Amino acid sequence: MVAQEAHGHGAPQGFIRKYVFSLDHKVIGIQYYFLALAAVFVGMFLSLLMRIHMIWPTAVLPLVGEIKPETYLSLLTMHGTIMVFFVLTTAPQSGFGNYFLPIQIGAPDMAFPVLNMLSFWTTFVAFIVMLAAFFVTGGAPLHGWTGYAPLSALPSAGPGEQLGADLWITSIAIFCIASLMGALNFITTTLDLRAKGMTLMRMPLTCWAWFITAILGLLAFGVLLSAGILLLLDRNLGTSFYVPLVVVNGQVLGHKGGSPLLWQHLFWFFGHPEVYIAILPGMGVASQLLSTFSRKPIFGYKAMVYAIMAIGILGFVVWGHHMFMSGMSPYSAFAFSIMTMCIGVPSAIKTFNWLGTLLHGRIRLHSPMLFAIGFVSLFVSGGLSGPFLAQPVLDIPLHDTYFVVGHFHLIMGVAAIFGIFAATYYWFPKMFGRMMNETLGKIHFFITLAGTYAIFMPMHYLGMAGQTRRYSQFTEVAYQAKLIPLQTFMTFAAFVTIAAQFIFVINLFWSMKKGPKAPDNPWEATTLEWTTATPPPHDNFGGHTPVVNHGPYEYSVPGATRDFILQTDPLTVHQK
Amino acid sequence: MATLTSAVDLKIPRPGGGGGVTEPPVRGGGDGDRGGSYPDYGGRLRRARVGLIAGLTSVTMIFVALTSAYIVRQGLPTYNEVTKTYVRDWMGVNLPVRLLLTNTFLLLLSTVTMELARRRITQRAALAPVASIPGVSLGDDREVPWLGITIVLGFGFLTGQWIAWRELAARGFYVATSPSSSFVYLLTATHAVHLAGGIMALLWAGSMSVLHRPVERRRIVVDVAGWYWHFMGLLWVYVFALLYFAR
Repeated sequence: MVAQEAHGHGAPQGFIRKYVFSLDHKVIGIQYYFLALAAVFVGMFLSLLMRIHMIWPTAVLPLVGEIKPETYLSLLTMHGTIMVFFVLTTAPQSGFGNYFLPIQIGAPDMAFPVLNMLSFWTTFVAFIVMLAAFFVTGGAPLHGWTGYAPLSALPSAGPGEQLGADLWITSIAIFCIASLMGALNFITTTLDLRAKGMTLMRMPLTCWAWFITAILGLLAFGVLLSAGILLLLDRNLGTSFYVPLVVVNGQVLGHKGGSPLLWQHLFWFFGHPEVYIAILPGMGVASQLLSTFSRKPIFGYKAMVYAIMAIGILGFVVWGHHMFMSGMSPYSAFAFSIMTMCIGVPSAIKTFNWLGTLLHGRIRLHSPMLFAIGFVSLFVSGGLSGPFLAQPVLDIPLHDTYFVVGHFHLIMGVAAIFGIFAATYYWFPKMFGRMMNETLGKIHFFITLAGTYAIFMPMHYLGMAGQTRRYSQFTEVAYQAKLIPLQTFMTFAAFVTIAAQFIFVINLFWSMKKGPKAPDNPWEATTLEWTTATPPPHDNFGGHTPVVNHGPYEYSVPGATRDFILQTDPLTVHQK
Repeated sequence: MATLTSAVDLKIPRPGGGGGVTEPPVRGGGDGDRGGSYPDYGGRLRRARVGLIAGLTSVTMIFVALTSAYIVRQGLPTYNEVTKTYVRDWMGVNLPVRLLLTNTFLLLLSTVTMELARRRITQRAALAPVASIPGVSLGDDREVPWLGITIVLGFGFLTGQWIAWRELAARGFYVATSPSSSFVYLLTATHAVHLAGGIMALLWAGSMSVLHRPVERRRIVVDVAGWYWHFMGLLWVYVFALLYFAR
């Protein structure tokens, strides 16, 4: 009864309230996770079709048929959109954040449980609307995940730009509303529901990452929502926000005076922070795991917190680096270039602190730790190409080539995915009460790491050789045709890497049912989720509210009886 | 029978204040000991206000983005096929200023009634523990329905906006007539949608009264809706000023 009161709402009884329209942040977190899992397989399937088409351009595929150039553009648009919004934004923040933020700060639930449920189901509706774009007349849109106008603003611009594009924009708008509701909830929860003793500077770095990510979302998604509304008006009510005087198939359209660059500015004001929305939670998870499995405190906790903040702030003043080709003033380009390279400073602080944490650690190479190390590796590999693209003089020849594709897939795509994998292997025992299979986890890790590099590293060379992105085939251009063998290698690497993901899925579902029972604290970690039952009860702490006495990373403390101190452990006489 | 009037000076309980039941042993937290027992209305109010600030931040960003687009679009040249030159296609909209001023008056008046409703229920929530004592009456059952008046004024504002849109159309300014008229419709409609959300919150607060929910719970809804309403009033003044002075 007390627990029920403390929670604010009682444990649900019926199936619908317990598993479908649940108010429990843990159930909602799992719902987000499985939504992202479904989305990642859709996105991965689309990428598989693209890779097959690139090396066998005339192949007629079962279910899909012949892939025309416009089909290819639809595939890449939907691949990018689904991956960025419904996977990289959904799983690390809404999924794991929902499940573990309240527990890690000692709260019984999120601040607004009903709003939390609404956020999930709004996201779900957005996903359905997005998928519906495949099945309407003309099919899915062609304009890429960035939705550049005027292509995205003119229904007559191509087959996918008809109803499919309207559904795409509508889906994004719905997703924005869901994300704003979620961000509001995360911020309030972090500020207002921390347990006694859980000062801001005692929060695990995962919580810091979710908190800052929520702030980024709160400031960025509203701008995208506004931009999307303007786009819908241009498409359907004949306004001219983004569309200049245009002639399509010899016919002058009614628009005049709009600017496609206005869309680019609004989109990238959202789009660049979105990169950090995707990657910051992964940084938090990597920090958490590297400390736990090195049995050492995180190196430079405060520096890590300030670095997250710095990345978040700088992320809002660099959007112009996506637009160096737009004819912007060299002075503006210079400013955006300098600010972009400044992000290297907090990023390097984080990287060196991760390495400092590993140094002289008593490292335990369990599956989650492997993926955390993999995250650091990918973050560095993908990050190092960032300063190249940050300089206008280099970005102009590299723009819209495979160099860019390789860069953002490594740092934003796969690094964030590795963060999700690391989090899955790490928290699975707490979420489902059983352990995942270690051998399968390690096989999954090594194939995925090698496969990822085999797919995305050659893209840098392709880009430097001048191979352009968004082309469905390269057979017609002599110098590009010479690069096809490398594309073939990447496609086969993709086959292997995608196959390895089924190992993960089998491990995930098999372990839920058949994995060995997990103890409450299998990794001997310190944070609050490991102080409660496995899986946690409805109100997280069984009617008690934890009192926090320690920081989140007190490992190998001299004089302590064991090599970790739970955050709730009582203070010793000396510590008092 | 003992009678208390609302003039009695009672301090409003501090959010989260008080102790009481044996478990949970510690409640609230963070950087300070907030203590408290359930139902912790003070804590809920504080939480709702933090959430409101976050929500208003996102609303602000929506209007910041639209303002940015407004300014950029206003300065854009377009190619004139007849004169073969670049000209600005931004034309000043002939706003129905008198009507919009009337609407502004209605909305600002509604923020006053909203504030009266908010203060009244704050007072009632503070006196609730006293009112719950058997035999004690607060003695002023006949109150001015400030919340209801606010809702009526809110609907009046929306109706006025609708008439303003009709007036704009009558003057030849449709959504796609000019980028300036597009923005007039867009900004006023976006504001109206947000204000309609506020009216729904007030209707919810009113329904809680009908359903005899505890006054402390109603107070939270009215308080948050009140601050939201004030923000909507401020936002409308900003939108009107932008449309009028940056024509």
